[in-house]
Amino acid sequence: MGKYLAKIGLEMHCEVSETNTKVFSAAENSYKDTPNCNVSAVDMAFPGTLPVVNKEAVRLALMASMILKCSQPEYFFFERKNYYYPDLPKGFQTTQETKPIPSGIYGEVEFECNGELKKVRVNNLHLEEDAASLDHYYSTSNIDYNRAGVPLLELVTEPDIHSADEAVAFLEHMRSVYQYAGISEADSKKGQIRCDVNISLMDASLDESDPNNWGTRAEIKNVNSFGGVRDAINYEIVRQSEILDNGGAVEQETRRWDEESGTTIYMRSKVDAIDYKYFVEPNIPKFKISQEWLDEIRASIPELAMDRKKKYIEQYGLSEYDAGVIVKEKCVSDYFEECLKLNMNAKTAANWLTVQIIAYINKYEIELKDFYLTPVLLNQIITELDKGTISSKQAKEIFFKSLEENKEPKTFITKDNAQISDEGVLNDIISNILANNENQVNEYKSGKTNLFDYFVGQVMKETRGKANPNIVKEILKGKLDN
Amino acid sequence: MRYMDKSIEELHELLVKGEVTSDELVKESLERSHEIQEKCNAFVTILDDAKGCEVTESLLSGIPYGVKDNYSTKDILSTGSSNTLKDYVPFFNATSIDNLDRAGAVKVNKTTLDEFGMGGTGTTAHTGVQKNPWDRTRICAGSSSGSAAAVAAGVYPYALGTDTGDSIRKPAAYCGIVGYKPTYGMISRYGVFPFASSLDHLGALTRSVRDAAIVVDAMKGIDPNDMTSWDSSKMDLLGACTGEVKGKKLCYIKEICNIENYPNASEELKLHLENFHKTLEICKSLGMEVEEVSVDRKLLNAIYSVYRVIHSAEASSNMSNLTGIIFGPRGKGENYIEMIKDHRTNGFSPLIKRRFVIGSYVLQKENKERYFNNAQRARRLLVDTWKDLFKKYDAVLNPVGIGPAKKFEDLDIKYDDNTIALDEHLQIGNFGGFPSISIPDGFVNDLPVSICITGNCYDDENVLNIAYALESAMDYKGQVVKEVK
Repeated sequence: MGKYLAKIGLEMHCEVSETNTKVFSAAENSYKDTPNCNVSAVDMAFPGTLPVVNKEAVRLALMASMILKCSQPEYFFFERKNYYYPDLPKGFQTTQETKPIPSGIYGEVEFECNGELKKVRVNNLHLEEDAASLDHYYSTSNIDYNRAGVPLLELVTEPDIHSADEAVAFLEHMRSVYQYAGISEADSKKGQIRCDVNISLMDASLDESDPNNWGTRAEIKNVNSFGGVRDAINYEIVRQSEILDNGGAVEQETRRWDEESGTTIYMRSKVDAIDYKYFVEPNIPKFKISQEWLDEIRASIPELAMDRKKKYIEQYGLSEYDAGVIVKEKCVSDYFEECLKLNMNAKTAANWLTVQIIAYINKYEIELKDFYLTPVLLNQIITELDKGTISSKQAKEIFFKSLEENKEPKTFITKDNAQISDEGVLNDIISNILANNENQVNEYKSGKTNLFDYFVGQVMKETRGKANPNIVKEILKGKLDN
Repeated sequence: MRYMDKSIEELHELLVKGEVTSDELVKESLERSHEIQEKCNAFVTILDDAKGCEVTESLLSGIPYGVKDNYSTKDILSTGSSNTLKDYVPFFNATSIDNLDRAGAVKVNKTTLDEFGMGGTGTTAHTGVQKNPWDRTRICAGSSSGSAAAVAAGVYPYALGTDTGDSIRKPAAYCGIVGYKPTYGMISRYGVFPFASSLDHLGALTRSVRDAAIVVDAMKGIDPNDMTSWDSSKMDLLGACTGEVKGKKLCYIKEICNIENYPNASEELKLHLENFHKTLEICKSLGMEVEEVSVDRKLLNAIYSVYRVIHSAEASSNMSNLTGIIFGPRGKGENYIEMIKDHRTNGFSPLIKRRFVIGSYVLQKENKERYFNNAQRARRLLVDTWKDLFKKYDAVLNPVGIGPAKKFEDLDIKYDDNTIALDEHLQIGNFGGFPSISIPDGFVNDLPVSICITGNCYDDENVLNIAYALESAMDYKGQVVKEVK
């Protein structure tokens, strides 16, 4: 690089997974492994079926639009994008064109990339329906209509991104926004996030703000993972640099990301661009978006990752690092929020979460929602630890035992193994031990101070390790050093 | 006289009194269906196993009726008169059919149409040409051609239709019966095969205005499955037919209705317009005011193109689901593109394919502004013009078509360009979603002709009442073709 500046724009498609039903039909909106079980007559475009707009999907689209600092439309309506493909039962996709105004236009997103704050302008955000999914085999293809009609948000950015790192950081930020706002699980493993990437190179010495200096862009379709976005951008930067280095010109064309070969492959040139013959969907009357509804939606935007991180640092005294680790995944942060609600010591809870729990779920490849020790159960351990009833070593043992046997921690915090912290009890035990070890006491007092540990050991032996060592030490010091 | 020549109210009374049973009515209707099928080719399916049903308070209970074959009828073949759906049996009912089922109405057949409602001649159904029972050398017009012929020939008192340009009102006129399409969205479109969604209306073909009111009263209602439907529960169409019309204000459009506009007028056209003006006199005799108004001829001449552009565009998209992949006969081919091509090439009539080409053309980026967007603007101008008329008038009256039903052999004759507005003005009712009804108002050369009454949106009660009063002052109420020769 150096010579060239990459200008990258993203079209990020994210399924809205948090509605009960699909965007235009009453079929269930949920991810299912069994094909064709979430399907209504509308999703398969049986003759005479009509779309009915899902108000919740519109609400979430408008919420996303607000979070992205976009302007919201006065009237909401949909358009038909006409083309034939086996995954598109109606022969058109019901979507929103950019004019006059879809779910949102002209916004801005701030996000962090390698510790630096970056900004990307949003051109528009629109609500549309997903297509069916296709499975291709050697001589046949299977169509699964579960996905047909699932609400989909398409976010289109201006070409304000300059590297693969930035692109991925932006996508991670948006995934977090969608998760925290309760719009989507945004799980790329479930195919909920898909991207198109457009990328051009310009002479790095020229003024970036003048579009005349921008290069010709290539569009890369259907990149389905963040890793894929990174690789596709890096591949494309090299490909275009080589063309320019050799005095060639980059063609305006659409390319496809091929995961297997790790390359982008030519699909079609500008002249073959499809004319989608958009027109307004006549079966959905334009409907007015009232200011009251917009206000209501704005007021209902949940705390996002950035807000929570700030709260953890400022109100709960967590380190920047720990707060960052906790808010990275919403499920982790939700777990922590539950802990706070239970009045657990924030730092202790954060410590357990970021060290023990994350390590455990990573090791066993389970999801936090399936993790046996819910905040309520974890609280059983931490309460006892705080009280000093158990040692931190014991706490860890109880933690693993509880997970191993799927039994509540309190079943392992019995009187039997409870730490002895009662000073009166310990005082009696210690007095006995000192009385029975007169010789050693005398030796200690005459200067052999390393015998201190000997006395501690005797106490532990007597209590089968359950004596609270700190208290034992204090009492011993009191008795021996006077 | 056959039972099936009677009105819904007469039949209901006979049923309630026990003078006839629902089964007997169904039997007569089925027999008559087979006769008319032979003579006019009016049906895609005759439901020979149809049974009578319990007679209740509902006026429609136990009485047979016909369903245009573009309505989805659960477990009953529904083809849209197209080869693309020639074996399609829906697993759900159109909402309006559900409503009629609840009213106890008995389906006895599915009637033919111009393929998917596109066409005005009754000649493009996959089951062949549909003939007019008044004169079998003539067309019924379309697209509700089977329904019109069957009601006119006394198969039953009513049949269902759809109307995107004039597809209920014109065939009703050509067959000497009543055709009513209510305000857009009064009857849910769910389950009816779409032609042009922004223009598509459902409605009824009957032999009297009261029967039309009864049928639409039963079909209508807000439907959670159709976002363009609205709540009409406070509207009582039959109750509105009081005949009290004194002081109502009507108008007709000079540029459409007067013979001076047509220097090359045929004898038929002259008689038709004379008859129309006679009907205006009857209106006056009922105490209604009738005024002549003028509308820019340029605007009227645009009706045809506006209609053509908008319906072709919407139809090309609406029928993109007909690929033979999910339903309909699977096309042959090495890949999906070839399969879809094969299905659509062999499935559609040339008329439809022509309109798809027009529809795609007017929506293409480089043409959209000039054709599609301008058509939308002209549509708006026409609708606004009519809305202005409705500020002053209860209804606009116009003659239906340029005369009685045309002969099949004359279909290819190029008509006088001057008559375009006269032949096509019913489409304004679809542009604006206005309630519109055609009722027979006389005969020209022994063939029936009609007048069309159109009112403002949601003013259906007023429109039907005017139609009812006018009908009552003429001799054509309940007329049935005496003998299909």
